[in-house]
Amino acid sequence: MARLQLRNLEKDYGSLRAVHGINLDVEDGEFMVLVGPSGCAKSTTLRMIAGLERITGGEIRIGGELVNDKPPGDRGISMVFQNYALYPHMKVRKNLSFSMRLKRRPAEEIEKATEHVSGLLEIDPLLERLPKQLSGGQAQRVAVGRALIKKPQVFLFDEPLSNLDAKLRASMRVRITDLHKRLKAEGQQATVVYVTHDQTEAMTMGDRICVMKDGHIMQVADPMTLYNRPANTFVAGFIGSPEMNFLDGELEGQTHVKAADQTVALGDEFAHRLSVGKSGWVTLGIRPQHLRIAEAKTAGTLKGKVNHIEFMGHEVYLYVDIGPKRLIAIVPSAAYDRTALRDDWIWLSPDPKGVHLFDRQTGENISLAI
Amino acid sequence: MTEHVLSHDPSTVGEVAGIRAREHRRHKAGIMLRYLMLAAVGLLMLYPLIWLIGASFKTNSEIFANPGFWPENPTLDGYIKGWQTSTPYSFGTFFLNTLWIVIPKVIGTAISCTAVAYGFARFEFPFKKLLFASLIATLLLPNVVTRIPQYLLFRDLGWLDSFLPLWVPSAFAGDAFFVFMLVQFLRAIPRDMEEAARVDGATTWQTMIFIVVPLLMPALISVCLFQFMWTMNDFLGPLIYISSVDKYPVSLALKLSIDTTEAFEWNRVLAMSVLALTPALAVFFLAQKYFIDGISSGGIKG
Repeated sequence: MARLQLRNLEKDYGSLRAVHGINLDVEDGEFMVLVGPSGCAKSTTLRMIAGLERITGGEIRIGGELVNDKPPGDRGISMVFQNYALYPHMKVRKNLSFSMRLKRRPAEEIEKATEHVSGLLEIDPLLERLPKQLSGGQAQRVAVGRALIKKPQVFLFDEPLSNLDAKLRASMRVRITDLHKRLKAEGQQATVVYVTHDQTEAMTMGDRICVMKDGHIMQVADPMTLYNRPANTFVAGFIGSPEMNFLDGELEGQTHVKAADQTVALGDEFAHRLSVGKSGWVTLGIRPQHLRIAEAKTAGTLKGKVNHIEFMGHEVYLYVDIGPKRLIAIVPSAAYDRTALRDDWIWLSPDPKGVHLFDRQTGENISLAI
Repeated sequence: MTEHVLSHDPSTVGEVAGIRAREHRRHKAGIMLRYLMLAAVGLLMLYPLIWLIGASFKTNSEIFANPGFWPENPTLDGYIKGWQTSTPYSFGTFFLNTLWIVIPKVIGTAISCTAVAYGFARFEFPFKKLLFASLIATLLLPNVVTRIPQYLLFRDLGWLDSFLPLWVPSAFAGDAFFVFMLVQFLRAIPRDMEEAARVDGATTWQTMIFIVVPLLMPALISVCLFQFMWTMNDFLGPLIYISSVDKYPVSLALKLSIDTTEAFEWNRVLAMSVLALTPALAVFFLAQKYFIDGISSGGIKG
């Protein structure tokens, strides 16, 4: 079993605390993505799991075994680095087999493993090349191969795709998820911890995603939950593109929010979602996709002035000023008719199912309870 | 567009061609002048060496009679007699002695300086800053200051008149300059490769031998070359520690023929000087490419 457990994991750099006692369980065979803005300690966490960074406090267990003081080579992990970190003086073949040669495995076994891995990643024509003769995508595949050949319990990926161009990144994304599925089907333990700052990578690749900020875990959930039920304003703002709109306001009687001098009625159904006893200062969060153009003013609409329009083809991005705040609304091209706007004033109607209310002090989502 | 307009006026075309030709001539003249200057200065600096080679084929009397470098009656006398020396040993012995000093010293330097530089560049340990500062301080210290204490130390160890005082300091990374050079080079190399090696299961020493040393190779070659040339040319070290003639390296042996008699044979001294110069020059030209790589580049492109 290759379950990875982090318990109260801490890391201090001098007097600065980078990781604040995080707890995380990655199940056997799970693809876990650590995501967050730069400086959120996601890479530090990964490096602590790898053993490249000493931990200040807490426990790391791999397959139930405490590995706090084990050197990286004995932890049953392998790692893919952001800039590939191939050994520049060794040919691809030697790069792949370095770990096996260190362990003095028999030559036939090394040969067989190299053939297997290079076949899997389609790098067999490159075996006799030096790393400097490889393109970025090829080098990355070799780096993955080098990790694969060890048959580790846990794979660690440190922003492996960030040096590739957009097209290659998309294809490598699919390749890595495919590989993960294939390994699982072959019965090889394939627990993955994947660090990225790119939410598209996180959403498309992860079985579960761990959103981090300033050395704290903000939420751990599958992509769907993360998008539909963000636990706090940070996660809500971080996941989804364009970013969720936030409006500061006051909750009145569980069904109405007063924001930017307007009152939005959210309906009785919404009231049931609120945590009991929450009222007062809130932040209203609504994704651009959950705003619709309304024909006329009704109880549930917000009036705003269209400031800027981006035509994207199948949809239109509207930048709407509501009081001092600017919201983005995404409407289908078919539903949008520029000529119907009078003096650029518009009514936007939020879909109550897509509305979130956050406690303004703690940032916590108070509209999750059902 | 300009071409088109100009072609309408034949006189302008001719003028332009004239200006171009004049500029071309001026450019060529400039280049020739520059190279002439460089060649002249180069010759001026090389002249003593050229004269040395010429004079080594002259007879002793001609050296003082003829100031030019071309020998009137070329003779190998200086080489033949110089090689035999006035001692029971030939110059062959002295060359072997030099090699016997140089080779262990170069190997010791390469190994010890790599290990020490790796330690300073990659590891955190108590008093690291203080230790590194004292290393740099020894760089600034004039060599002469430590000569006497070192001599006393080696005397007490009973190492006088052996090669040990010449070998041992280098085998313990005594040459701060080389350590400093390698540390700077290592700092420019990203750590990722070493971390990848550790994840692959390499120990610290394995990482150093299989990953760091190959990456460090250009700098390491420069270190070896420097050490080779400096040791070949070192006069003071052997002079202080080595007293028996059978252990003399070339640098001391050259002086032998000078102080034994009053009227010494200059052509022999010069001939042996030419021979003494050859290995260092040969090694330098053979390894010039690596040498320049090692001292000029800050490391390897990530």
